[in-house]
Amino acid sequence: MKFAVLVFPGTNGHLDMYHAVKDKLGEEVEFVQHDTKNLDEYEAILIPGGSSYGDYLRAGAIARQTPIMKEVARVAKEGKPILGIGNGFQILLEAGLLPGAMLQNKSLKFTCQTVQIVVHNNDTIFSRQYTNGEVIDLPIAHSVGNYYCDEKTLQELKNNNQIVFTYNGTNPNGSIENIAGITNKQGNVLGIMPHPERAVDKRLGSNDGLKLFKSIVQQWREANAVKA
Amino acid sequence: MQLKHEPSPEQIKQEKIYKEMNVTDEEFELIQKHLGRLPNYTELGLFSVMWSEHCSYKSSKPVLKKFPTSGPQVLQGPGEGAGIVDIGDNQAVVFKIESHNHPSAVEPFEGAATGVGGILRDIFSMGARPIAVLNSLRFGELTSSRTKYLLGQAVAGIASYGNRIGIPTVGGEVQFDPCYEGNPLVNAMGVGLINHDDIKKGLAHGIGNTVMYVGAKTGRDGIHGATFASVELTEESEEGMAAVQAGDPFLESLLLEACLEVAQSDALVGIQDMGAAGLISSSSEMASKAGTGIEMNLDLVPQREADMTPYEMMLSESQERMLLIVRKGHEQEIIDIFNRYGLEAVAIGQVTDDKILRLTHKGEVVAEVPVDALAKDAPVYHKPSKEPAYFRENQQLEIKVPTIKDYEGTLLDLLKQPTIASKEWIYHQFDSMARTDTIVTPGSDAGVVRIRGTEKALAITTDCNARYIYLDPETGGKIAVAEAARNIVASGAKPLAVTDGLNFGSPDNPEVYWQLEKAADGISEACRSLKTPVISGNVSLYNETDNTAIYPTPIIGMVGLVENLNHVTTQSFKNDGDLIYLLGETKPEFGGSELQKLMDGKIYGRAPSIDLDVEVQNQKQILQAIQQGLITSAHDVSEGGVAVALVECLIDTPFGAKIELDGEAVTALFSESQSRFILTVKKEHQAEIEKLTNAKLIGLVTDTPKLTINVNKETIIDLTTKQLQEAWKGAIPCLLK
Amino acid sequence: MYKVKIYVTLKNSVIDPQGSAAKQTLETMGYKEIEELRIGKYIEITIDESVKNVDEMVNEFCHKLLVNPVVENYRYEIEAGVKQ
Repeated sequence: MKFAVLVFPGTNGHLDMYHAVKDKLGEEVEFVQHDTKNLDEYEAILIPGGSSYGDYLRAGAIARQTPIMKEVARVAKEGKPILGIGNGFQILLEAGLLPGAMLQNKSLKFTCQTVQIVVHNNDTIFSRQYTNGEVIDLPIAHSVGNYYCDEKTLQELKNNNQIVFTYNGTNPNGSIENIAGITNKQGNVLGIMPHPERAVDKRLGSNDGLKLFKSIVQQWREANAVKA
Repeated sequence: MQLKHEPSPEQIKQEKIYKEMNVTDEEFELIQKHLGRLPNYTELGLFSVMWSEHCSYKSSKPVLKKFPTSGPQVLQGPGEGAGIVDIGDNQAVVFKIESHNHPSAVEPFEGAATGVGGILRDIFSMGARPIAVLNSLRFGELTSSRTKYLLGQAVAGIASYGNRIGIPTVGGEVQFDPCYEGNPLVNAMGVGLINHDDIKKGLAHGIGNTVMYVGAKTGRDGIHGATFASVELTEESEEGMAAVQAGDPFLESLLLEACLEVAQSDALVGIQDMGAAGLISSSSEMASKAGTGIEMNLDLVPQREADMTPYEMMLSESQERMLLIVRKGHEQEIIDIFNRYGLEAVAIGQVTDDKILRLTHKGEVVAEVPVDALAKDAPVYHKPSKEPAYFRENQQLEIKVPTIKDYEGTLLDLLKQPTIASKEWIYHQFDSMARTDTIVTPGSDAGVVRIRGTEKALAITTDCNARYIYLDPETGGKIAVAEAARNIVASGAKPLAVTDGLNFGSPDNPEVYWQLEKAADGISEACRSLKTPVISGNVSLYNETDNTAIYPTPIIGMVGLVENLNHVTTQSFKNDGDLIYLLGETKPEFGGSELQKLMDGKIYGRAPSIDLDVEVQNQKQILQAIQQGLITSAHDVSEGGVAVALVECLIDTPFGAKIELDGEAVTALFSESQSRFILTVKKEHQAEIEKLTNAKLIGLVTDTPKLTINVNKETIIDLTTKQLQEAWKGAIPCLLK
Repeated sequence: MYKVKIYVTLKNSVIDPQGSAAKQTLETMGYKEIEELRIGKYIEITIDESVKNVDEMVNEFCHKLLVNPVVENYRYEIEAGVKQ
């Protein structure tokens, strides 16, 4: 399976993402620059964390204007798995590929720590290797991670089971309904504020993030086995 | 400083305008001698910043000479952007500490942020990829709203820069003392990795080679920052000059990647950050070191503001800029690389053979100065030194063991002292895990960062107990180095080398100069004993407000090598039933201790003593035991003594501990004797550890989350881990509310 | 040329922790009469006078980039005949 890791000027989480896929999953992975116009050769698109365009104007607002994001929108419609982590989540929101918006943390401060996340819905291509209600340890590192949407959107998220991950116990940023990660209605686009790609090695504290990537691979293998 | 109508050379002399730039009468004479004529306004500006303490080390040079700077591991000692140490496998670690005290006192957010940006440029200008940042901070007591503001803003500034650029902040320390109230210290340490053959230096070699300017455009920000860093803060400086630069971490991240790519190109001859004193220091230092001259056409300098004068361009401290020396005819290669990152690279001059810095502007030569006069041959002062009366008085005080009635209450109070209490409120604002190589995040003795593709890691720490150094600069200097090394060793690493951030008061005060000399003596001796040469550093003098100096604060940044990831050790207790040992002798030593500060509200007496032979031996024993796989946790005993160290080992664990100590209770619990470690071992290793080390068995890790300490068989502390943790973690957030 | 002044504010339904913090601080400083404080952004743009429909252009780039309509509102003023 071949993954694309998108790189925008200022992006800094791309290495973490790359190593998670290459060293821990053993799958093929390539960096793809912001001015690329075609993503056909990749089976999954990863939008990494870390301050594209310095988070200037609004986090993700400038990155969403790049040529590659047009292409991401196109392949999203095709149903390709698209995972945005941290700044990647913010870009997906700004691009309108996920509903809602991201606000500054309630504390007004950047926060980096390992937090507990509850798997709220394991019936997605990103979470199928987890069990519902499973509590996992994932690092967070953000200052704009306070997910917001209006009442109507929230109701839709709930009705369609789009809330995949929530914070357990203390909510570190003030997000609505403790939301940590959501999918689009179709279920092929996931935005998540915590960093599963930083939780793939026990030596660094947790490897609970690995199952998220493995879920994507499993889904792809099964789909392709059927085709073959 | 808007200077559209610059004074004439004669006016400068007659009206003594040079004094406004902190150039003395004698120095003005010397400038005339170097030039053989009167300097014009631009030239005077060049001299004033290049001869400031910040750039020339004119007062500290005789002291810096004391430091041992060589060793088989040293690839680059002091004098370049950063020092470099060999770590085997053709790899090396590059590191340096730098202060940004004065900008941070005036505008803490930008001051601290650009401190991080500057130290990172020092690292990547050597061709190294930055892998970690640490911060060493000093503030007044957390009682005034001003201090709370300074702390909050400095921390936010560091976070906004370091986090955005994606370099993890893996450690550091923060201490609070009234002496820093008006003059906080913000020191940042940068660490990078490099292959031996990629090392780049700031040298302007090759007559005819091209001088290129890259990065941000030049504006009027930070003009006279270097001289500003070399004067005392007064009420006026808060209002006064627009001396603080603003940072752009996004631009820096692009500059970083572009510079690392350029470093791989044969077209690059030399590279240096335009840091303090910007264009003038980078150009004159590169030429002076290479024995060449430089000619620059200032019309070609990319400018952000209209009508900038040569004076302003040369002295601007706009951030995120680099000066490159490029092989003639290969300019386009460099331009192409920078363009790909959306950055400008502009040829602004060439290397000459006449050892002169020559500047032209609008077709006229506006400055013509020998480069050595600016750099190599800047004046050096041997300042008078005098032992202060307070030192002798303190040395003569009898040792006094404080009387304590409520041991538990005292322990809880100590845990709430801001210098001891948890710094989570601060370090949770820093991205400590970016690049996913941080094995030990902030909160343990040292930060540990693995080296990808190897089984090795680096342990990194900063340390300095300035109270000891105030009471006894020589002993305190030794302790600062020894404690840094203890942190490294307790993490499972072998100490490699030191970078020092010397923060002191005014060298014009003989008593301050004495502190500087003595502290350097102590640091030097400890560095020799521990085989950790000083490979880079920074000097920040004139840290005074209203004639009161800060405590002498020479911050020691140290890097150690973990030879195998299995050696990585943290301070937290690991298993129920592990045996707890104390290595090192406990004596009644309370001078400058947290207990003394808590009970008496001041510090006095003698600093703890240190025997460097014992220190070396104890560190050796700990490292051997770790490398043999005998140790499950190790922690340096420092502020607050054994009792506080034990609590720190219990934090965030489900465990408790049962401890049996003997001797006088206050000493056993709270003395700050040096060269001590707390360690735990599995029961089956009892015989081995007792054979290998002199450590003494003092207790047991239990599965009851409670700390019970008996002294001479009598229980004097019996507190739950939860109670201890709440006191320790709650203190700083509570003070900041 | 035209000078366009754009004011971007958080929608009333969106909480503004930065504004609340500033308000609280002002209160502790003694300004007890402050009823509400919300923080927004101010953007200044100069545009060549040759542009035919400035209003349309401003609305377009606000929607596309400068404003996130999910959480922000905006209003703007246009001054014509501004000298450089």
